[in-house]
Amino acid sequence: MPKTLFEKIWERHRVTGFEDGTTLLYIDRHLVHEVTSPQAFEGLRLAGRKVRRPELTFATLDHNVPTENRHEITDPVSRAQVDALTRNCREFGITLFDLDDERQGIVHIIGPELGITLPGTTIVCGDSHTSTHGAFGALAYGIGTSEVEHVLATQCLPQARPKTFRVTFEGRLQPGVTAKDMVLKLIGTIGTAGGTGYVLEYCGPAIRALSMEGRMTVCNMTIEAGARAGMVAPDDTTIEYICRTPRPYAPRGEALEKAIAFWRTLPGDEGAVFDRELTIDASEIAPQVTWGTSPGMVTDVSARVPFPDQVPGYSPADVEKSLEYMGLAPGTPITDIAVDTVFIGSCTNGRIEDLRAAAAIFQGRRVAEGVRVLVVPGSQQVLRQAEAEGLDRIFREAGAQWRQSGCSMCLAMNPDKLEPGQRCASTSNRNFEGRQGKDGRTHLVSPQMAAAAAVTGHFVDIRSWQKG
Amino acid sequence: MEPLKTVRGVIAPLDRANVDTDQIIPKQFLKSISRTGFGENLFFDWRYRADGSPDPEFILNDEAFRGAAILVTRHNFGCGSSREHAVWAIAQYGFRVIIAPQRDENGNRIPGFADIFRNNCAKNGVLTVELSESQVDGIFALIERHPGMQATVDLPAQQITLHAENSPVISFDIDPAIKERLLKGLDDITKTLTHEAQITAFEHTHDTQMPA
Repeated sequence: MPKTLFEKIWERHRVTGFEDGTTLLYIDRHLVHEVTSPQAFEGLRLAGRKVRRPELTFATLDHNVPTENRHEITDPVSRAQVDALTRNCREFGITLFDLDDERQGIVHIIGPELGITLPGTTIVCGDSHTSTHGAFGALAYGIGTSEVEHVLATQCLPQARPKTFRVTFEGRLQPGVTAKDMVLKLIGTIGTAGGTGYVLEYCGPAIRALSMEGRMTVCNMTIEAGARAGMVAPDDTTIEYICRTPRPYAPRGEALEKAIAFWRTLPGDEGAVFDRELTIDASEIAPQVTWGTSPGMVTDVSARVPFPDQVPGYSPADVEKSLEYMGLAPGTPITDIAVDTVFIGSCTNGRIEDLRAAAAIFQGRRVAEGVRVLVVPGSQQVLRQAEAEGLDRIFREAGAQWRQSGCSMCLAMNPDKLEPGQRCASTSNRNFEGRQGKDGRTHLVSPQMAAAAAVTGHFVDIRSWQKG
Repeated sequence: MEPLKTVRGVIAPLDRANVDTDQIIPKQFLKSISRTGFGENLFFDWRYRADGSPDPEFILNDEAFRGAAILVTRHNFGCGSSREHAVWAIAQYGFRVIIAPQRDENGNRIPGFADIFRNNCAKNGVLTVELSESQVDGIFALIERHPGMQATVDLPAQQITLHAENSPVISFDIDPAIKERLLKGLDDITKTLTHEAQITAFEHTHDTQMPA
């Protein structure tokens, strides 16, 4: 019987099945960060258990890291969490990319960079944006802390089998429209619970045309559509990314040849059946801007803030609450919304290609008066690459702040946050109430759209935006 | 994990859809390295005013719902971040059961709970119950007429009894695996480790693609 990409990976990792219908699934890579792991390590200690496969477990510090001076963690609670992970990794024999390590960065940025993320593997992390790694044709998803402890102890997870959902992006994107706009459009179409219970596989020419960075952006925000995992079948683009530069945890030499041959077998078979299908015409996607407090509250940049009874999937009362929180009146053109803060970074859009796209907008321009702009590379490797290309200079000369790597203002666990009432064009993934700081207002956009908003002080349609 | 069989207590209404885990427990409380102390910060931004006093506008601060053990809310509860701290906060506040509606939209199911959150609940002895939208509407209406009313959730029988004026008994479906785990208070790791031999055998032939 023809199989989908998901089915091939699932079956390859099935250790055994349980009477209740769940499967014990083997986990090839376990990524760990400081926020969701301390209680899991504590659980191991209390039960006298060890980490079963420390060599398949990788840890990094990202959520709490200050981006101005990373070694000055003044918040004692943040410090304690960072120290706890350092202690736990030492005690249990786990590789940690700490603040002195040139490989440190956001967990979902460094996995692919270091070759930890590979096609055909199963990858978990106590972080919902683990879906990012699916861009390589891996089965990757976020788990809770109890599950983190379970994987540490057993290298397995009991899992109910999800259903499969193929999302096909036909056609070609318009210039200025990005992977971020594709995934925001999808979330706006199926809703923030539309993918719950499914693994999404992204197909079609507009997906094939994306770089690995773009595919990671799409898979990253799959969780915002309710699906724990999104995947793209591996192809030449995937293999080129893995082979482009030495990646310490990727296979080399003969093992690489063997691996590539295996990766070529992963794409779904002709005639494989999905539980659900959806096709989106990529050529009709406009740059997207969220206007509310849920990623599904999104519209075209050329549109207006909707009226409460005009939003499919949300009750008028919920839309009213959102608009009140956002301080927006229905009918306002999106391009009339002024911002005072711009955040470029995160596991969604903190890769080198995202920074290049933003820099191209900033080149030869100045940040608008009164707008604070933070550019935060996703990893130290992205930081060094950007500096080698002179992107940091472009950002600084435009009046933006160039920072060190970390999660930063995506969730504001470090000192980078919005003050009450501030309004931010953000390349991150969640516009929830208070996400970027209590009473802060978040509009999710692509790096290009964020940079253009930084320069003009309000949203602009990047497609029609003229130089000067 | 404490087994869960029957829960009787006050049922509190939270009339919002898509309540995300950032709302359930904001990030400043994720820095704790212990598993306790989250209950007092549940729904922090809605529950407290800037000066730290309880916001009387927030439903859980209403005297009628003090000590509630059951929460009824709207669809896609617990979306967003995977933080299990959200479930710890809910459990430590005193909730043992959360009820939310599922509905069909053009043949597609819009669930009551987000996936990772629902999983995390099951691992912490919190029962998530999905009912139809009209059943949940009915519960909200009943609570409005009888604020502070009690309900009994009987997991073995898969039934909810609302203790007010001729309310019907509501039956619910539940994943048998989750039901068994809640009833017995089972620890997953112990269960998985009973398959130790199979895991070891699997590891002998499985290629993790990790360079030696």
